[in-house]
Amino acid sequence: MLNVARWRVVLVAVVTILGVIFALPNFLTEQQRTALPGFLPRAGINLGLDLQGGSQLLLEVDVSTLQRQQLDNIADQMATALREATPQIRYTGRGVVGDAGRVRLIDPTQMEAARAAIRQIALSPSGGNDIITFTEGADGLIEARITPVYLRELSRQAAQQSIAVIERRINPTGTAEVSIQRQGDSRIVVQAPGVSDPEQLKERIGQTALMTFNMVREVSPEEAAAGVIPPGAMVVQPYPGVGDRADVVERRPRFTGERLVRANPSTDPQTGEWVLAFQLDSEGARIFCRITREHTGDRFAILLDNQVLTAPTINEPICGGTGQISGRFSAESARELAVMLNAGALPAPLTVIDERTVSASLGQDAIDSGVVASAIAGLVTFVFMLLAYGTFGIFACIALVVNGVLIVAAMSTVGAVLTLPGIAGLILTIAMAVDANVLIYERMREEAAVGRGPALAIDAGFNRAMITIVDANLTTILAALILFQFGAGPVRGFAWTLSIGVVTSVFTAVLVTQILIAWWFRIARPKTLPI
Amino acid sequence: MGWWPLIRLLPKKTNFTYVKFAAFAAFLSIAAVSASLVSMFTGGFRTNPIEIFQQAAGTPLARFGAVMERGFNLGIDFRGGTSILIEAPQPIDLGDLRTLGGRLQDGGVEVQGTTCRPADSPPYCAIINFESTEGVADTVEALRRELPQVAEGARVLNVDAVSGRVSEELFAGGLIALGLAILLMLIYIWFRFEWQFGLGGVMALFHDVILTLGVFSIFRLEFNLTIVAALLTIIGYSMNDTVVVFDRLRENLRKYKRMPLGELVDLSLNETLSRTIITGCTALFALIGLYYFGGESLEGFAIAMIFGIIIGTYSSLYVAAPAILIWGVKRGREGGEARGAPQPAR
Repeated sequence: MLNVARWRVVLVAVVTILGVIFALPNFLTEQQRTALPGFLPRAGINLGLDLQGGSQLLLEVDVSTLQRQQLDNIADQMATALREATPQIRYTGRGVVGDAGRVRLIDPTQMEAARAAIRQIALSPSGGNDIITFTEGADGLIEARITPVYLRELSRQAAQQSIAVIERRINPTGTAEVSIQRQGDSRIVVQAPGVSDPEQLKERIGQTALMTFNMVREVSPEEAAAGVIPPGAMVVQPYPGVGDRADVVERRPRFTGERLVRANPSTDPQTGEWVLAFQLDSEGARIFCRITREHTGDRFAILLDNQVLTAPTINEPICGGTGQISGRFSAESARELAVMLNAGALPAPLTVIDERTVSASLGQDAIDSGVVASAIAGLVTFVFMLLAYGTFGIFACIALVVNGVLIVAAMSTVGAVLTLPGIAGLILTIAMAVDANVLIYERMREEAAVGRGPALAIDAGFNRAMITIVDANLTTILAALILFQFGAGPVRGFAWTLSIGVVTSVFTAVLVTQILIAWWFRIARPKTLPI
Repeated sequence: MGWWPLIRLLPKKTNFTYVKFAAFAAFLSIAAVSASLVSMFTGGFRTNPIEIFQQAAGTPLARFGAVMERGFNLGIDFRGGTSILIEAPQPIDLGDLRTLGGRLQDGGVEVQGTTCRPADSPPYCAIINFESTEGVADTVEALRRELPQVAEGARVLNVDAVSGRVSEELFAGGLIALGLAILLMLIYIWFRFEWQFGLGGVMALFHDVILTLGVFSIFRLEFNLTIVAALLTIIGYSMNDTVVVFDRLRENLRKYKRMPLGELVDLSLNETLSRTIITGCTALFALIGLYYFGGESLEGFAIAMIFGIIIGTYSSLYVAAPAILIWGVKRGREGGEARGAPQPAR
């Protein structure tokens, strides 16, 4: 053991040098960092929100709305399928009740044919199992329910889509350091460092920019003045700065901005006015074509967030899937609206279920006190090791310093996040890192006490302590792994520091100390063990 | 190399007889564990669980939950609600703040003064808690606007809003994590040693976790996510300590095949005592430093860890190792029932 194999020395040297290189950026200023030559790493430790200040929002997809939307859609599809069946199957009572979309056949004897007609709706688009279950009543009632598996799938999709939408809304340039991640099936975590006012963030996320196409219900001015509106309709106000009058429209949109492929600001070649040109996807084009064919001469309204952009009269069927929205746009407002439309609508409403804000000054305070506490922990440990083990204590201290460097380097490289509890973990790791040294040294003392010479005692100390060190540290790693699984943000940061600390401390306490002691032994040639 | 006066905390060889005191220690531990459990059911000996159970509404399980809820001073993570930290250059009148809070939102408002570092000098801090997370945005907005009336120059430092559902999930997650940690330790020790060791180790873990929870329950220290992290770390530390003792015990079991088990346990504990104390002390001193300099938010963590390390060390000595005596342990072929004089330690 005292003749340390060359590869071990090389390994320790290489790891230590790499450690210093990777840890270095943390101690440089921003300017010095950018001045580093290209081959050197520049990444420092990522600070958690609780240390750098900022806001975190936990959003949840409103699954019940999502379910309702989907059921509405399914009821629509059922109705279409029945209508398009040959011979046509007549139905009534199309709608959503509770957790089921339903239609009622006028002639219950047509159930067999209806079943065949709507069968294809239930097939998952990706193949595999059915996504919908049908129940048939004796009176011709057909109810469709979404399977739980598909509902989960839907909410996962909705969350995924929402992430893209949120990203475009709060970070249109892609430069801000915002992290948006899915959590579980239906949740999204938004972290915005440096944003001390989460309201601003929520506002931008909440800009629904939901575009809908609704049919206008014409009501006489007297009726409107009296507040009498037909059932299933609602009054909508003009969109500020663009629309010119309030209208009464059907509550249920014929289709929504989901069907929008893209919207561009452009100018009308005839009038030279600014318009929004839009393009629909194939399904949207089909629906739009049908509506415009059935309702030629009527008016339909294009709403943004339930406010009227424009409500033109349909002059002729539009089947190409493209169209333009005219209003009193300026170049500026047309462009802005296009951005909002392209950013898309959230597939379902999101609710904020958890919100945390830390002011930057509080974060800085936490860092400062963390640094002080870590320094004190290190100092105490140094003094303690020197008092207890003298020369060998110095070796332990050197190993501890290397350990500190390696922890910082490892955290910078793997992209671990340092949080406030993480600092606590760091402090604990510093104190615990010497445990391996203590185990080794105590073993040496014992071996020396039973009369072994220094060389043998040192050797036996390392060998015998090794099993214990591995056993003892594996338990800590196990605890850290569970923290990972369970932990929310800050706690996970703690798990990071703890597990990285355990690995590096075993490395330094065993290998670094061993090499130092071997060198010292060769030079000092001690007759007795100095501990 | 006599340049340094090595400070020895202990004589080179100690001969404490732990096993002799094991019965006394067991009594102490059982008393402490019982007290902790009772405290969790009685809100730190402050409430009558039967009364609360009778007054609570809902299913028996929900009523039981109402009893347990009082067991701890649950933080915002587990209770749900809104917590706002406020800083001001001069002391904040808590009464005024409470009045303001009551005006801003109906329902439970709670106000407490807290120390910003350094204590008793500017800036002064206060926490205002709202029971609900309804309309947090408006509340915080209004608070920002009206704070100057209560304390000139006051500002909002930190806002946490956790909805009830999330807090329930966090709580359940925390419990699962603790249970899983203990189970994993049991399996690990079983795998590496014998089942008797595993049971001894797990007994020690339950002991540590329950006592630490008891301290938080009795002294009404805030119980939040960080404390769960601390508990898991305590489990790791305590197990670490126990494993070191077990390791030595296993080694000695092979070495001294005829020594009575009680003496073996004593010997193993004595041999590892020096390490136990040195490691425990470094960890303890570091954590005391953390307690004094780590700032408000890590205070609870530091308290939990300091207590946990003391308890964890105690439990390795007095719970885990003696527990093995209860079940005994299978020894090598020559071993069997220990008879005759123990071999002198060489």
